[in-house]
Formats: sequence, structure tokens, C-alpha cells
Amino acid sequence: MSATVSLAAASGTPGFLSPTGVEILFLLVGLLTLGAAITAVTTRQLVHAALWLVVALGGIAVEYLLLSAEFIAWVQVLIYVGAVVVLLLFGLMLTRAPIGRSPDADSGNRPVALAVAVTAAAVLVTVVVDAFRTTWIDLEGGAPQGTTDVTGRILFQHWVLPFEALSVLLLAALVGAIVLSRRGNGRNGTDGDAGAAGTGHGTGAADGGER
Amino acid sequence: MHLAYPAVLAVLLFCTGLYGVLARRNAILVLMSVELMLNAVNLNLVAFDVWLRDTLHAGQALTLFTITIAAAEIGIGLAIVLLVHRNRGTSHIDRLRELAETDGTDGTDRADGTATDSDGPTVAGATDNPADTRLTRGEATA
Repeated sequence: MSATVSLAAASGTPGFLSPTGVEILFLLVGLLTLGAAITAVTTRQLVHAALWLVVALGGIAVEYLLLSAEFIAWVQVLIYVGAVVVLLLFGLMLTRAPIGRSPDADSGNRPVALAVAVTAAAVLVTVVVDAFRTTWIDLEGGAPQGTTDVTGRILFQHWVLPFEALSVLLLAALVGAIVLSRRGNGRNGTDGDAGAAGTGHGTGAADGGER
Repeated sequence: MHLAYPAVLAVLLFCTGLYGVLARRNAILVLMSVELMLNAVNLNLVAFDVWLRDTLHAGQALTLFTITIAAAEIGIGLAIVLLVHRNRGTSHIDRLRELAETDGTDGTDRADGTATDSDGPTVAGATDNPADTRLTRGEATA
């Protein structure tokens, strides 16, 4: 708490009612991000949900930039917008998601979900605003915090072991995804291998015949 | 910058993701909502890292690790969803009520459990593409 007070005092105790340019930009981008996120979880068109998710994730990348975390912003753009959303779109198309409006996108417990979400939001916003009412982030002064130089240094000086462990985790996830998605795992392995090497329709017919 | 801005934005994004997880029916949309929740946590981590001026930058490192784990999670999750869709013919999570496939009558029961028995082969054919690409990728690395 003393650190908070000293930090606020060091930054000249900025007023709450006189927002800086960064704060205004953060607020606007935050509103865009929140709107895109809400649209993504409420729209009835499944592919549009993925595209609104792109807007939300890109908005979060801009927020990272405004918080002076450059490297994480570009990692966010690369991995989330570039890879994860493409994977999600592939998943939507491979599970034969309908292109137009699908009325059964939401399940029956929608009012309960809305109540839970609104309650959680009210409680958390109250607590967070009350806790950090007099706290300011000093973005201007001091050494640069989120550049690639700084992030690379701390990552390979202090966080090498978790980094390497995560690479092993990614390898395990890759192997697991391959094992999960190959056809006929275990029970008829040779059949599955031959089917996977062949055309899709052939294996489809073989699978149907097996049923 | 006031710390309440990123904190409140993270809270609202998290609750949006919470609503999506609870209200959505398609499993892939649930995965999207999980991604939103993870991003809210990441935003919180970055904001507090910038605020605390941590010399180890634990918040930023943890954000990178969370992004990595989210990528792994989405890969495994989509593989599971595709497998479920291939076996049961649906990816609606409120229709997946059976915890196991019954023994003995495996082949018939699996087709009976779904309403899309007629387009079972086409469903299996449609899900062939990821198996093909991943297999070739696996063979290329092997």
C-alpha cells in the first residue's frame, strides 16, 4: 500500500477526472473490444462469431501496445489472430457448422448464464474499482518495460526452465493432437493407416460399412 | 494511466467469456469463450506487470506462457471436438450425455446414438482433411 501511495505521489497524483490521451484511447479501444467480445458470444452466426473474436483479440493487442508491452502485443497478433482463430474457423467448417443463422446456437440455460455473468461482473467490478481507486500506472518514466530487448533478456535469463518445459508441453500437445485425430486409433490401426493414406471418400465408405 | 481501466476491462471480458461458456451450445463456440477468458487474464497480468515494474517481469513472462498453453489447449480441444463429431455426429455439448460407449454393440450403438445416421459416412469423409494433413505432417517430421 505504501508503494501505491509513493507511486501515485511520484507521478504527481494525476486526477481521475482529467484523463490523458492514452487513457481516452484505452477507453475507446476497450469499448470496441468489449462490444466485439459480447457480439462474439451472442451472435447466432457461427462464422461471424469467429470473425468478431478476431476484432476482440486485435483490440486486446492494441491494449497491450498502450500498456507498453510491445512484444506481447505482436505475439498476440501472431498466435491468436493468426493461428488460433484460423484453427477455430477450420474446426467450425470441419464440424459442418451452418453458414447462415442457426437458431440453436445458444442452449436452454441462457437466462441462468446471463444472471451468473452479470452477478460476477457486478461483484468483480465493485471489488476491483474499490481496490484500485487510487492507483496509477506510470507509463512515461523509467526504463522501457515491454520491448523485445527487455522481454528477451528476462525470458532467457530468469525464465529459461519454464520456457523449455513449455516447449516440451507444446510437443506433447502436437503429438496428442496427431494421435487423437488419426483415424481408427488402436483398434484397427493398419486399416486406419491405409484409409488415411487413401482418399476421403474411400475411408468414409469403409467406416460406413463397418457401422 | 489509471489502473482501474485495464482491470475493469479484464473483468468485463472475463464475464463475457463466462457467459459464453455457460450459454453456448456448440463446443467450438465454448472454446472461443474460453479464449476470451484467457485473454482477460492476460490483460490483467500485463497491466499489473507494468504497474508493479517487476524486475523479473513475471507478468509478461507468464502472459507468454499462458498464450503458449492456450495454443496447445486449442489444438487438443479442437482435436477432441472433431473426434466427438466424427463418432457421435454432433458437437452440441448438451447432447453428449453418455459417458461411455456401451460394450459389445459398439458399432451399432454409436450410430444409433446420433440423429444423423444417414449422413454418417459423409461426416466421416468431411473430417478426413485434418487427419490427412496431420498425418502427413507427422510423417514429415518422423
